[in-house]
Amino acid sequence: MDFTTQNCTDLFAALAARMAAERDALCALDGLIGDADHGIAMAQGMSAAALAVENLATLQDQFNAAAKAFLNAVGASSGPLYATALMRAAKAAGPRAAMPRAETPSLITAMAEGIAHRGKAAPGQKTMIDAWHPASEAAKSGASWPEILQAAQTGADATAQMQASLGRAATLGARSLGHKDPGAVSASMIIAEFARALG
Amino acid sequence: MAPTQKLINDGNHTVDEMLAGVLAAHPNHLALAAPRAVIAKSGPRPGKVALIIGGGSGHEPTFLGFVGKGLADGCAVGNVFASPPPQPVVDAALATHGGAGVLLMYGNYAGDVMNFDMAAELLQMDNVEARTVLTTDDIASSPNPAKRRGVAGNVFIFKAAGAAADLMLPLDEVERIARHANARTYTMGVALSACSLPQTRRLNFDLPAGEMEIGMGIHGEPGIRRGPLKPADAVVDEMMDAILAEMAAPAGASVAVLVNSLGSTPLMELYILYARVAERLKLAGLGIHSSLVGPYCTSMEMAGASITVMHLDDELAKMLDHPCDCAMFRVG
Repeated sequence: MDFTTQNCTDLFAALAARMAAERDALCALDGLIGDADHGIAMAQGMSAAALAVENLATLQDQFNAAAKAFLNAVGASSGPLYATALMRAAKAAGPRAAMPRAETPSLITAMAEGIAHRGKAAPGQKTMIDAWHPASEAAKSGASWPEILQAAQTGADATAQMQASLGRAATLGARSLGHKDPGAVSASMIIAEFARALG
Repeated sequence: MAPTQKLINDGNHTVDEMLAGVLAAHPNHLALAAPRAVIAKSGPRPGKVALIIGGGSGHEPTFLGFVGKGLADGCAVGNVFASPPPQPVVDAALATHGGAGVLLMYGNYAGDVMNFDMAAELLQMDNVEARTVLTTDDIASSPNPAKRRGVAGNVFIFKAAGAAADLMLPLDEVERIARHANARTYTMGVALSACSLPQTRRLNFDLPAGEMEIGMGIHGEPGIRRGPLKPADAVVDEMMDAILAEMAAPAGASVAVLVNSLGSTPLMELYILYARVAERLKLAGLGIHSSLVGPYCTSMEMAGASITVMHLDDELAKMLDHPCDCAMFRVG
């Protein structure tokens, strides 16, 4: 069964609902090592994206519309990062109304590459890349959706043992140890919704 | 914990409701070019470099209060503590540029850099030359000057660049003066209590009663040192020791001073701080050319203050003295 534009609309509705539900928890996590607004940005961005993807003809149009809506609703650092990720997903999905489910892990790889490009981050710096990169590597190796999700969650959990060297938490040095990176945690939640919708 | 008390209507609409009030209160100074893109009513003109500033909301009068003749031509207004997206930056620049290029200035934060860089790319596609100068005056935020955050010193740095642009200097010169101003501006802050985002109304960090945090950022980013609250003079001494060491100005040099409230700290306390700042500068043999005391770069209801010292030369003194007429800031 293919991944259709209707499935894509449902996926963004699920992403918006998940980020709204996790908003305060993500803000609290961000308050430990950042400025406590990450949950707000993710909830606002996904809510705007969910509205933007309705009634569009192709998956490419939907991911591009989601990118633009997310960026303009949020700004912040998650805005450019997820906008670039979603534009890369649009390119991977292409101008078609549906794509075979077997191809959908390529969306994760495309998104991870977009985030790495825009944020100029490498794994190990305690950022969302620490969830996106292992998920992308799993997707490239032909892993199943549960395995991709497992890779993302393991990566997000591992950020607790990392010292931040990029982003706002970088000024903390060793004080960032012991706390998971909120961007990596929300990334694993996003990948969980992709896995639920596409697996 | 009980939600913090704020005079708001809806935590999700605070920025747009604030903007509506700002535009209603200052119709002679400010207009909206596009959503979240505030521009100066007078100032922008043909042949003049446009200075576009911006950043997250919650720091008022930074940034939009510094839009006006002689200072910034436009401002992109972000959500609370979040960089604006690229579009309002582009909209403000296109609405105000005079064919002589655009200078984008904002505090050095990862999100702002990504959004303003995307805006600069979009402006280049419209054949508008856009350059960027980041402000990095917060000496507590990193030992490496290039990695520091921009905080209250923005007002001096933007002021110098805005004056240069108002004097019709070319983009190269406006950029040079902006970089020079930034390199000679040093800020350190101290926080006494947290602030809360209007959407959550929960305090964004935990500072126990009786404690202060030296070097805390204007979004509550952790600082250098936490310890018991000390008398004002001792707090000033700790901050001025760091600023004077970093600035390394020779005796006889002249400075501009800003003693800034982070939000809820009143003028009474700011002037108590200022008295000790002035003593320390005198002891160091430095002359005070001009002073600002008040809320210039806030962190909503955070209690605390920051001290900024700008090491002047004749050029920077001239730029600070140049008249400007903004909704929330006036010189001359």
